[in-house]
Amino acid sequence: MENRIEKRIELKAPVSRVWRALTDYREFGEWFRVKLEGPFVPGQISRGHITYPGYEHVKWEAVVQKMEPERLFSFTWPHVKSFDPPDYPTDYSKQPTTLVEFRLEKTATGTLLQVTESGFESIPSDWRLEAVRRNDGGWTEQMKNIESYVAQKP
Amino acid sequence: MSRKSRRRVTAQRQAPAPVFAALGDKTRLLLVAKLCGGQPRSISQLTRGSRLTRQAITKHLRVLERAEIVRSVRAGRESLFEFNPKPMEEIKQYLDFVSEQWDQALARLKSFVET
Repeated sequence: MENRIEKRIELKAPVSRVWRALTDYREFGEWFRVKLEGPFVPGQISRGHITYPGYEHVKWEAVVQKMEPERLFSFTWPHVKSFDPPDYPTDYSKQPTTLVEFRLEKTATGTLLQVTESGFESIPSDWRLEAVRRNDGGWTEQMKNIESYVAQKP
Repeated sequence: MSRKSRRRVTAQRQAPAPVFAALGDKTRLLLVAKLCGGQPRSISQLTRGSRLTRQAITKHLRVLERAEIVRSVRAGRESLFEFNPKPMEEIKQYLDFVSEQWDQALARLKSFVET
């Protein structure tokens, strides 16, 4: 069983543009949906909070590892079992962490971005994020309901 | 199983060991491969064909047991080990969840840099 996540995505934008979107804290915040307090600095903690609807109470906390211009950006960040109170932890220092790496490569049409997340060895086996799953299931159900409703009453 | 060791197992069940950490070993992966067919096996059966001693195999089985990847079942006087797929299914679900979050974030990044 694979214990890491690997994503590759082709972006029709120059490497310099993608690098800025990844490492400028305001730009990163735009697409990642997090409000960061300040710039990314290797070896330092980056703090902020999530702006994704429904998760605004969730803290962002990551330790910036490497920033090799237009090549590699990496950080470690904590994982939590639940985003819902009372199980949501306010102290991240005891949470298991994983390593996130963004690698950039110039292509004929733009940039190949590779994202890897590794270190899931430290995540306990009983994590299911039940609250999140329940929401997801709920919405899928809702969509199906609407779909069949519309199909029956065109 | 003595009463003492049974209590130890109960205590361990409350705090499962991380699945990936338990699987991060060649011998333990081999043991899981032998057991995941569903047929419970004894320590002797699991030691057969291995260069390791019965004690070493037992130690590895205990690590897997703490991670709840295997559990011991009684068959008469013998203690057998069987595969429990649940923790691996659960951790896979967690990884699928994280993976899905990345897909969404990268889709947002794509439209962010391409427009």
